[in-house]
Amino acid sequence: MAVIKLQRPKLNFGEKIYFGALIKGFFLTMTHAVKTLRGKSVGADELASSGLGVTMQFPEQRWDSHLPDYYRGAPTLVTDEQGRERCVSCQLCEFICPPKAIKIKPSEIPSDDPWAKVEKRPLEFDIDMIRCIYCGMCEEVCPEQAIYLRKDYLITGLKRADMVHDKKKLYEIGGVRTGLVNKWNELK
Amino acid sequence: MPDLVFQIAIIIAKIVTLTFLIVLPLVPLSVYFERRFSAIIQDRVGPNRVGIPFTLLGFKKDFHLFGLVQPIADGLKLFLKEDFTPDHVRKAFYWMAPALTVVPALITVCVIPFGSPLGIFGHTEKLVIADLDIGPLFIFAVASLSVYGITLAGWSSNSKFPFIGGVRSTAQMISYEIALGLSIIPVLLYYGDLNLSNIVQQQADHGWLLLPLWGHDAEHTLGSKLLFWIPAFIAFLIFTISIFAETNRMPFDLPECETELVGGYHTEYSSMKFAMFFMGEYAAMVIGSALIITLFLGGWSIGFGLDALVAQLHIGDFYFGGLIHMGCFLTKLIAFILFFILVRWTVPRFRYDQLMKLGWVVFFEAALINVFLAALIIAAPELTGAIIGIGAVLLIAVTGAVIWVARVSEESPKVLRA
Repeated sequence: MAVIKLQRPKLNFGEKIYFGALIKGFFLTMTHAVKTLRGKSVGADELASSGLGVTMQFPEQRWDSHLPDYYRGAPTLVTDEQGRERCVSCQLCEFICPPKAIKIKPSEIPSDDPWAKVEKRPLEFDIDMIRCIYCGMCEEVCPEQAIYLRKDYLITGLKRADMVHDKKKLYEIGGVRTGLVNKWNELK
Repeated sequence: MPDLVFQIAIIIAKIVTLTFLIVLPLVPLSVYFERRFSAIIQDRVGPNRVGIPFTLLGFKKDFHLFGLVQPIADGLKLFLKEDFTPDHVRKAFYWMAPALTVVPALITVCVIPFGSPLGIFGHTEKLVIADLDIGPLFIFAVASLSVYGITLAGWSSNSKFPFIGGVRSTAQMISYEIALGLSIIPVLLYYGDLNLSNIVQQQADHGWLLLPLWGHDAEHTLGSKLLFWIPAFIAFLIFTISIFAETNRMPFDLPECETELVGGYHTEYSSMKFAMFFMGEYAAMVIGSALIITLFLGGWSIGFGLDALVAQLHIGDFYFGGLIHMGCFLTKLIAFILFFILVRWTVPRFRYDQLMKLGWVVFFEAALINVFLAALIIAAPELTGAIIGIGAVLLIAVTGAVIWVARVSEESPKVLRA
C-alpha cells in the first residue's frame, strides 16, 4: 500500500503575526454592516428584504406573493363549480392523518337532493389546527379531490376552541376550486 | 459643619449621577448595541420592535424608538423568571458570586474622570467621584476582585462545566493581569503621574498619547512626542488586548464558551443571578473602555487645542464646559464599546494553549521590553549619545534573545527512535 505523507502548509511570518488576518476580518464584517445598512446585502432583492439586511419584517411585509404553488398551508375543504361540496365523508383523511387532527361525522344526503346519488356528505368536519402538522397526507389520500392544503399560514386563536376549524370555516377558507374531475356528473 | 454636609452632599450627588445615571444605563445600552451591531454584521435586523406600546393605551401607532427599550424588556423577563437554586450547590458562595462580579466593576467607576471641572458661583467641582492619586492602580486592585466572583461561581456550582469555566477564568486572569500591569508602565513613566484627572489634563494640553498633534512647547516637542508614540502604541495594543482577556470578551471568552462548557461558570445560575453575571461582564467592558480612553485616547478631551476654549465657556457664573467634555467622553466610550463588539463578531475564539502562549510568551516579554524602550526614549534628552547607543544595542540584543528563546521553545520535539 502506497503511503502518502501529507505536509501541512507552513504558516509564513505574516500569517503567524495574525494582525493581517484581523484587519481583513474587520474589513469583512464592516463591509457586511455597511451593506446591511444600505439594503445592498447579497440576496436582499431575491428575499424581498425590508431594506435592512436580507430580513423581511413580518407583520408589515409578507411573503404571500412569493409563496410557491406547492406551498402547504392550512388544509381546507373545497366546493366545485357546480357548488357541490366534494367531500363524501369516506374518512380516509381521518384515518391517514398522522397526528389525528381530523374528526369527521358522516351523514346521509336526503333523497330529494339533486346529488342524492353521492349518498354521503360530512355533517361535521373538524380539523384541530393545534394538532395539524401540515404534512398534506389528507390531500394526497383524498379520492374525491375534496381536501386541499391552501396558502393560509397564519392560524391563530386566543383559546383552544378557536384553533379547531369546523366545516363552515374550512369551506370558507377553501372556496371554489375549478378544473377538478367531476365524476359524479351525468354521463352525456 | 455645614461645609462638611455640603461636601458629602456633593459626593453623593456625584455617585448617583455618574455611577447610577451614566455608567449603569450604559450596560443595557451596550447589550442593545451588541445585539443590533451583531445583527447588522450578519445581514439581519436585530431587536427593533420594543418601544412604548401606545396602541395599548388606545392610540393609533406604537413608538418603536429603534428597539431601544429592548434591554429593559430583557431585564424584566429575567427578573420574572424562576430563581432556581439547585440542591447540590454551596449556598453561601453561590449567592455571593454574582454580587462579586458586578460590584468591583461599578466601584472602579469612581476614579474615571468624566469631564473637565464644572464651575458654579466660583466653586469648581471635578467630574470624578474620588480624585485618587493612585487611579490605575486602584482600578487594577479592585477590578481583579471580579475574578473571585467567577471563580467562586464555578466552584460553588459544584458541577463540572462551571468548575472548568472557573478554573480557566482564574488562569486567564492571572496570566493577563501581568501583561496588563506591565503594559501601562511606559504610559505612567511618560506622564509622571498616577492621577487620572491630571493624565487627561496633560493630554488635553499637549495632545493625546496616540494623537500628539497639538500643544507643542519646549518640554513637549513634536519630535519627542512622535518618538514616544512607538512604545505608546505597543502599550496600547497590549493593554487593549489584555483588557479583552480580563473582561472575558470574545477572542478570550474561554471561561464561558458555549460550545465546550454549556454556559461556563454561570451554567447553574438562573433569573436575576444570571443577569448579574451578564451585567458584570458588560460593566467590566464599559470600565475597560473608559480606562483605555482615559490613558491613551485623551479621556474627555476634544483635542486639537479646543479644550481650553471649551473650558472657558460660561453663562453668567456657570462654567458648563465640563458637560461638553462629558459628552465627548461618552461619545468616545460608546465608539470604543462598538469596537469591542466588532472584535467579538470578527475574531474567532482562541484555543486555550494559544491563549496561554499569547499571554506568557508574547505579551509578557513584549510589555517588559516596551518598558525599557519607553524609559530609554524618555531619558534620552538627558543622556549622552554614547549611553543612548549602548542602551539601544542592549535593548536590541535582549529583544533578539527573547525572540530566539521563544522560537526555540516553539520547535516541536524530535521523534525519538529506538
